[in-house]
Amino acid sequence: MRLFIYLLGGLAMATAFKPVKKNIQVPATLKASIERGKTVYVQRCMACHQADGGGVPRMNPPLDRATAVVANDKAKLIRIVIKGMTDRVEIDGEMYDNNMSANPDLTDTQIADVLNYVRNNWSNKAKAVVTAAEVKAVRAKLK
Amino acid sequence: MMMKKLVRMVLPAVLFAQVVTAHDGKPNTYFNPNTDPGNGGLTLPAGFVASRIAENTGRARHIAVTPAGDIYIKLERLVNGKGIYLLRDKNKDGIFEESQGFGDYIGTGIAIKDGYLYASSNTDVYRYKLDAQYHVLHPDQPEKIVTGLLDKRQHASKSIALDNAGNIYVNIGAPSNSCQEVDRTKGSKGMMPCPILDSAGGIWQFKTDKLNQTYANGLRYATGLRNVVGLDWNQAQNQLYVTMHGRDMLYTLYPEMFDSTVSAELPSETMYAIKQGDDAGWPYVYYDHLQKKKILSPEYGGDGKKAGGEKAIDPIMAFPGHMAPNALLFYTGNSFPARYKNGAFIAFHGSWNRSPLPQEGYYVVFVPFENGKPTGQWEVFANGFAGAPVIKNPRDAQQRPCGLAQGPDGSLYVSDDVKGTIYRISYNGK
Ligand code: HEC
Repeated sequence: MRLFIYLLGGLAMATAFKPVKKNIQVPATLKASIERGKTVYVQRCMACHQADGGGVPRMNPPLDRATAVVANDKAKLIRIVIKGMTDRVEIDGEMYDNNMSANPDLTDTQIADVLNYVRNNWSNKAKAVVTAAEVKAVRAKLK
Repeated sequence: MMMKKLVRMVLPAVLFAQVVTAHDGKPNTYFNPNTDPGNGGLTLPAGFVASRIAENTGRARHIAVTPAGDIYIKLERLVNGKGIYLLRDKNKDGIFEESQGFGDYIGTGIAIKDGYLYASSNTDVYRYKLDAQYHVLHPDQPEKIVTGLLDKRQHASKSIALDNAGNIYVNIGAPSNSCQEVDRTKGSKGMMPCPILDSAGGIWQFKTDKLNQTYANGLRYATGLRNVVGLDWNQAQNQLYVTMHGRDMLYTLYPEMFDSTVSAELPSETMYAIKQGDDAGWPYVYYDHLQKKKILSPEYGGDGKKAGGEKAIDPIMAFPGHMAPNALLFYTGNSFPARYKNGAFIAFHGSWNRSPLPQEGYYVVFVPFENGKPTGQWEVFANGFAGAPVIKNPRDAQQRPCGLAQGPDGSLYVSDDVKGTIYRISYNGK
């Protein structure tokens, strides 16, 4: 596992020295999105998932270091934020007793922002950005 | 991460092995406290001393101590397949060298009354006949006296108390924050009337000696109680007293009315003296100890100021928000100084709903009573369970007080449901 991290680190370093081909706008917009996402997090999520993303034992799952939070299934995360969650499934080996709030009133951008925040804060580093367009597409299917 | 996983995998195996050893008749080293930092790690009033008499018993919820000084512990997660443990200190050297596990269900409530041990799962209540030594006669054949109570995981624990007339009182917590159409969701209306109150959000009374009682056989003794985890029958007054967990998330749901500081402090955690038929007002009102009145819930048209609940009872005590009063015990012993007699101890599990402010609670409080009424004051009696002066996230608390019991010698026992540490607090002052 650790070896893997070193490898990844090496890879990241290697790519960092390559001439940047991709649009550098992406990291900048991501940064802004994360910044805005923090405000949404404080208002809507922090009570349960806590300021440190650590959750509350047996009640609310941690978002920090959670497998699903940094995973590639962005649609699933979007659905959770819009509809809330009362699945009562094991999350990384633990069950949680609380009901998660639904947030249908948040805008597409706010939902993308808060997800970018939780996916790239604490020790989380997600590979892909969540966009408002993706939120819009998922929301359309929910109705 | 790796380490945590390893501990998670290896630890249960270690526990398993050692509990089995105990059943082989060899000394049970596993439950023995070996990390007592002195005085149990607690801060207490002058003259009081504490020790950890057992550690790592599991997620120890409520506890009951027998007249012989043995301890029954109800667990929220099975250890070696068992949900109740009896700890014994046969030679009275302060080390509980023997343990016996039974009951294949998790839960919170446990109590001893008139020759029986009563214990609850999150749906049922059982009782076990005790022998003259207060040991369970048929650990595998309990009588199921109550069955089919609501369990939707949120507020699912069923705390119990017994009166002197053959009745048992069972808390059925509401699986909801404030009875909104969609729980804990901004903009979702409060349901009117709240349908949850038909089967939860109150205290139900059942007979102790009838089998398989359901809602149909029980009596809704008191209603409008969101989630009571601490309840005790006050022997001096022959009356039920309860401590309730107040609602959460005023700020998250109504940021236009409450800021996060107010929302951390409100609403109050409350203590009630209960009479049959009482209504404490949930979900329509909550109590505000700063304004000293019942306030209409914002889900039901409130604005943080409008009073409400004219027909609902008032609490007899109110505490800062979210501290989670998980156990209530009226002290009837003689070994503590006289002012403690017939006063109430409350074990506060500690908050989670106060961030970004530090969390609060994680201690045992004493509420002095005079002439059958609280004086209005309360004081922290035992502190230091959490193992750190400031707790930002509940997961940083090393221990969280959850259960209380009084020993035959008048000492006070406190259980913790993080690691299953059991504390004994006694008085040796003059
Ligand atoms: C009322 C408490 C509460 C609030 C507020 C809340 N959550 Fe949750 N959240 C939960 C609970 C409880 C679960 C698990 C539910 C279950 O197991 O059924 C959960 C699950 C999740 C999951 C899935 C975690 C995993 O690893 O599978 C994500 C992602 C999540 N929440 C994100 C958020 C975000 C983002 C917000 C704010 C917009 C938020 N939550 C607000 C309580 C809450």
